[in-house]
Amino acid sequence: MSSRERILGRVRRALADTAGDDVPYERAVPRDYLREHGDRSASQTVDLLAENLADYRAVVHRTDGEGLAGLIAALLDKRGSASVLVPPGLDPSWLARTAVTRVADRAESTPHELDEVDSVVTACAVAIAETGTIVLDGSHDQGRRRITLVPDHHICVVRVPSQVVSSVPQGLERLDPARPLTWISGPSATSDIELDRVEGVHGPRTLEVILVSGD
Amino acid sequence: MSGTYLGMPAFPEAAREAVANTTLRGNLRHATHTIRAKRAKAVNEVSDWAGLREAGKRIKDHTLRHLDRYLIQLEESVTAAGGVVHWAADAAEANEIVTRLVKTTGESEVVKVKSMATQEIGLNEALRDAGISAYETDLAELIVQLGGDRPSHILVPAIHRNRGEIRDIFRSEMGEWGRPAPDGLTDTPAELAEAARLHLREKFLRAKVGISGANFMVAETGTLVVVESEGNGRMCLTLPETLISVVGIEKIVPTWRDLEVFLQTLPRSSTAERMNPYTSTWTGTTDGDGPGTFHLVLLDNGRTDTLADEVGRQALRCIRCSACLNVCPVYERAGGHAYGSVYPGPIGAILSPQLRGTGSEIDASLPYASSLCGACYEVCPVAIDIPEVLVHLRERVVEGGEVTRQGNKVVLRPAKGHAAERAAMRAARWALTHPGALRTGQRAASRTRRFHPRSLPGPGRAWSGTRELPPVPAEPFRDWWQRTRGGKGGAK
Repeated sequence: MSSRERILGRVRRALADTAGDDVPYERAVPRDYLREHGDRSASQTVDLLAENLADYRAVVHRTDGEGLAGLIAALLDKRGSASVLVPPGLDPSWLARTAVTRVADRAESTPHELDEVDSVVTACAVAIAETGTIVLDGSHDQGRRRITLVPDHHICVVRVPSQVVSSVPQGLERLDPARPLTWISGPSATSDIELDRVEGVHGPRTLEVILVSGD
Repeated sequence: MSGTYLGMPAFPEAAREAVANTTLRGNLRHATHTIRAKRAKAVNEVSDWAGLREAGKRIKDHTLRHLDRYLIQLEESVTAAGGVVHWAADAAEANEIVTRLVKTTGESEVVKVKSMATQEIGLNEALRDAGISAYETDLAELIVQLGGDRPSHILVPAIHRNRGEIRDIFRSEMGEWGRPAPDGLTDTPAELAEAARLHLREKFLRAKVGISGANFMVAETGTLVVVESEGNGRMCLTLPETLISVVGIEKIVPTWRDLEVFLQTLPRSSTAERMNPYTSTWTGTTDGDGPGTFHLVLLDNGRTDTLADEVGRQALRCIRCSACLNVCPVYERAGGHAYGSVYPGPIGAILSPQLRGTGSEIDASLPYASSLCGACYEVCPVAIDIPEVLVHLRERVVEGGEVTRQGNKVVLRPAKGHAAERAAMRAARWALTHPGALRTGQRAASRTRRFHPRSLPGPGRAWSGTRELPPVPAEPFRDWWQRTRGGKGGAK
């Protein structure tokens, strides 16, 4: 007997006492929790996102379509970055004002090569206000998962209010589970020393989120 | 479970040593009190906590009740998404599968995301015996591994270490494993985190094989979820060419939507955050992004035996948040090592004796490692009634009875060492069913009460050593009731 058959057999024998229980999944779980917490306008939801991102030490900036390229250039300049990773589908106008060396997101790049790059600029798939979370789904304007992991500085652009939802349930509804997802809530952190939160371990130690309005 | 814990002394002996260690008690007190207050605040932020808790409980119960169906569905969806599914009935089989998979890659080192399942099966030791170096990359796991230590907490395995001890371990041990600690390393948490970043970076960047567990597996989509803070999880899940995930069969949820419950309750219960810094989800393999080969090892190792127990099976709802540890007065004082298992604290006291059986001294003692105060049940985000299971397991230890071990029904004999307790219970049963004898005995006790000792002699000494004996009243209750008709008309 294979282990698969052995385990499934054990499960069925273990559940012999529940044989009469055929409540279907749809009725087995009460969903009387909230779809979102509180009643906010679109702009209040964006404000909450900004507040919660900042609470977990992300640096939040706000601008409009006109100011975006200038802001990104200024942030890279201030950081002293010499190179920036660019996902293949990133809107080229976002980097129009900076002369920093572009490094393409390529399958052939080794992790060591990515480690030499100073910054990365991406879009996102959705942002969740209640938890201060941005989610990347590997679309062309976000690139492979590793490009937002190895460089120490991540600039993420969120289009507001269209990409912002209030809550985790609403966020999940917008996401495609078939894609590899990365949920990011503030920069890398740890609570492993005396259960106190310290920012900055393996992921990018600086996370800058730009909320771009006007879409 | 892991051989590391074989021959552990029973909980009371291990706890006695731990309680005498004042550094340990100080570290635990500081850490658990810090997190307790923060958790309460994070939970109070959401007004529908009770609804989320109930939904989480019901999702898990429903899944467990149809576990065979959901396991098959998960296998189909993971396979359709490009993953390879393996089944392991016990620790030895899981270790054998993982070792073979690593050897097939030709690599001799792996990087690991923190995983309770691989701790449970002793995977690192099995890999070491096969000539494969496994590097723990979670900061607390790194502290434990470098210190040649054992984990003492589910979420923060090095909770028993303070910052000064961590600095000393980094200074003396990092050089043995790779990049040494920076010169002049101090004990500030930020510097310690930086030292870990530098030490592990070279290992991440060259790793070809990653090993993980998972917090959730979605049957409908074949998606695995890892919830973490540091980014070491993302490193292990995305940089290597091969990913091997070892996951207990109880980690399934039926649908993608079910995550909306647990991604709200888990972070708030564990690290007391609205959301943990990083959550990764992946479904099989993705062309050009992350590992090209993905293996999922589904682990039983005592879970189906636990499932067979109608009372005890609720322990399988556990999402490993560790809120019950942080709030437990016994854990706070005894620490995690005394529980003799990778699962310490209240949840460990009901999980270990079920996964491993109550055959060993430590496992038979674990159901007693509690004052039954119920704080663990209060904070549990999936409403596991830990006190109920503890009492149930105590009964099993004392009375014996039918249980399932490795899929077979066996009858346990009553444990040794509870003879006096059983004799006392038999005597009580006889007295309570013989009213005449009870009355005579009670009257005799009342009349002689001035001569009663303050502590019990002989084998009762240990019990009364830490407790007051209840005073015997001057008159038995039943005599008083008959005389006064329950105090009618002011009678005393």
